[in-house]
Amino acid sequence: MSITLRALAAFGLAFACATAGAQSVLRIGMTAADIPATTSQPDSGFEGNRFTGITLFDGLTQWDLSSADKPSVIVPGLATEWAADAKDRTKWIFKLRKGAKFHDGSDVNADAIVFNFEKVLKKDAPHYDARLVAQTTPRMPTVTGARKIDDYTVEVQTSEPDSFVPINLSNLFIASPTAWAKTKSWAEFAKAPVGSGPWKFVRLVPRERLEMEKYAGYWDAKRVPKTDRVVLIPMPDSSTRVNALLSGQVDWIEAAPGDSIAQLKSRGMQITSNPYPHTWPWQFSFVPEHPTADVRVRQAMNLAIDRDAIVALLGGFAAPAKGAVPPGHPWWGNPKFDIKYDPAAARKLLAEAGYGPGKPVKVKVQISQSGSGQMLPLPMNELIQQQMKAVGIEIEFDVLVWEALFNNWRIGAKDPKSNGAHAINVSFATQDPFFAFARFYDSRMVSPRSVNWGWIQDPEFDKLVAASRSSFEAKERDAALGRLHARAVEQAAFLFVVHDTGPRALSPKVQGFVQAKNWFQDLTPISMK
Amino acid sequence: MIVYILRRLFYVVPIALAVSAVCFALVYLGPVDPLKAVLPADASLELIEKLKVDYGFDKPVPVQFAKWVWRAAHGDLGLSLATGRPVREEIARAISNTFVLAFFACSFGFSLGIAFGFVAGYFNGTWIDRVVTGFAVTGVSVPHYWLGMVMVILFSVILNWLPAMGMGAGGSADWAWDWEHIRFVILPAITLSVIPTAILARTVRALVADILTREFVSALIAKGMNDRDVFRHVVKNAAPTALAVMGIQLGYLLGGSILVETVFSWPGTGFLLSVAIFQRDLPLLQGTILFLALFFVFLNLLVDVIQPFLDPRIRRT
Repeated sequence: MSITLRALAAFGLAFACATAGAQSVLRIGMTAADIPATTSQPDSGFEGNRFTGITLFDGLTQWDLSSADKPSVIVPGLATEWAADAKDRTKWIFKLRKGAKFHDGSDVNADAIVFNFEKVLKKDAPHYDARLVAQTTPRMPTVTGARKIDDYTVEVQTSEPDSFVPINLSNLFIASPTAWAKTKSWAEFAKAPVGSGPWKFVRLVPRERLEMEKYAGYWDAKRVPKTDRVVLIPMPDSSTRVNALLSGQVDWIEAAPGDSIAQLKSRGMQITSNPYPHTWPWQFSFVPEHPTADVRVRQAMNLAIDRDAIVALLGGFAAPAKGAVPPGHPWWGNPKFDIKYDPAAARKLLAEAGYGPGKPVKVKVQISQSGSGQMLPLPMNELIQQQMKAVGIEIEFDVLVWEALFNNWRIGAKDPKSNGAHAINVSFATQDPFFAFARFYDSRMVSPRSVNWGWIQDPEFDKLVAASRSSFEAKERDAALGRLHARAVEQAAFLFVVHDTGPRALSPKVQGFVQAKNWFQDLTPISMK
Repeated sequence: MIVYILRRLFYVVPIALAVSAVCFALVYLGPVDPLKAVLPADASLELIEKLKVDYGFDKPVPVQFAKWVWRAAHGDLGLSLATGRPVREEIARAISNTFVLAFFACSFGFSLGIAFGFVAGYFNGTWIDRVVTGFAVTGVSVPHYWLGMVMVILFSVILNWLPAMGMGAGGSADWAWDWEHIRFVILPAITLSVIPTAILARTVRALVADILTREFVSALIAKGMNDRDVFRHVVKNAAPTALAVMGIQLGYLLGGSILVETVFSWPGTGFLLSVAIFQRDLPLLQGTILFLALFFVFLNLLVDVIQPFLDPRIRRT
């Protein structure tokens, strides 16, 4: 080899190394203890969907995560348009996007979509998998099947008319049937998952890290990632996450603990937060012999607490709640009862209900010591207890471990194992109308079907749930959900306390992140300085 | 000797069965559904009942237990409920990572513990002994978790000398025995070695102090033996007990520490166990505990076998 050729080869090598070195990498410390499942239906709750769902895969529909100001709404994903059949409302027609391709180059077409419905709904299908079912069917409770109309049209069937379907279907992630067919096993598929999302799988080290790279051929040119690579690292311990960020081992941490914010800021870290569809409430029992069956008591309790004091307790990383969703949300609905701090009005309502200084209301509440989404349950509940006492409400706590509280949530207030509780403190997501409303207010949703824990058996609520489920135009559906929400607030069905704001800490190198009002966040606009 | 080893091996069977039965019982006695690992937190009772049938959890508990024991006896520990990966693979990966950590913790802890113990024993009752004993008491008393966090804050966050967590920039899959990776093990290894160091130092100190008061040592000195040879005799007499203590400590270290591995996100058996507990991943929990219990039994057996070679008196008894 001549000297010139050697020099050229050396230069080429040096250039390649320099280029490789210039690759931008975003390293994220997650709260999960493991990499969420990469089977196409993640576990680990919504954190799973956030990191191994919407990154590697697409749904027929998806959340608009582009704005920090506007409420996040459903927009087209792999489907460009959809509508319920006017003659038979249990059928939906989804028109598919042409030109979308999986990371393995195969087409995203009607066959692929139907395959993905079958993986969780068709019990005799070879690719049906109980683990995928567990993660998916609770999120799309009325969907029963799908069939191909033509290469780019799919019919989705439901058990009853249900306008929530387009929202629910954002939880069904579309995996490549070609990739699954190579091993015919979801466990094997999970080792090298293939979707059509903006990020492509690179490498998985179980329980340690997942590496993804940008998918340059993503169908939405605006969402082709600006960072070359993302690395997800499970860090269940909050101190470990903070230390890893401060020592430069990660660039982003989820759920920055409140007591570390000042230190993180002093070291130049960016703290982002934004209220998202999450509510921290007490769910009341409507069982007739319970004191909380009286709407005046429930309203009084809602007026008895100073939410600003609770927000201060949380270091400012929460927003006072005026309902399950905040004013301005499409489902707000302008309720006539204003949830605020008004102890005088609370005392008046209690007096009308027959309670007073000599006869306090006694309410037993089941709470947890800790738990996902529960924020700081003990200090928050103790503060509420003090505030309630000031207006003549005596709160007794039944403190349970988180899992036991969940079990009690499922069995309902009437079950003897509920220990005579009048309220239960379980925080929840309000992203989807079924989870925000239908499962609590529909009289059929009592145990074992769902978590109408308080046994609400109210024909008016049933009518409003049915109306919202059968309003098939998005605006009409939102208006119906608004009416349902307004009644929930007016009836004070919950003690609405605060909404979480999801604090995250980011290194100064992270640029372009927009924290949407959503459980999910878009990593594609992020660049590394 | 062979009969002795075979008898000890035979004891492993009831121990393994008892450990598995206890694990099984503990999971079922708790307030949590065994399907928690695969279910979203807010899954309905209806779905839970449906999936119990799919996963075979509707069968009577003794039947489930018998099936699991039968499969485990054939080397099949089943699949993790949460990940669908074989439990055997999960444990193998974790134990190799814990081995790396234990290797450094042992090297550091045992050498320091023995050195401290001998120094304190030889200088029994002096200020040196008091200083070493003070360190040993502190070492035994200080919580792992706290010490780990303090070291991370000092050496990673403030001084930025060493990494705060993990097993290397590319994770355990890229582990190599070079400085780039060894620097990741320093803080967790020191944290993990503090208790074994202290326990070993106290044990060796007591042994050495005791041996030095024995008549044979006085006789050796009276015969004019030099200090080095006297020391050799002290070492030989202290070795069997020290070895037994090291065996137990090695067992603890190889079992992995849930707290230390969690603080440092070290993907070993302790971390695996903590994940299995929090996810209520029954097959993973049972497999890991069974493996660790058997491992511990095996280590004790190994120590019992080695001891007679070091101390002929044990052979005679």
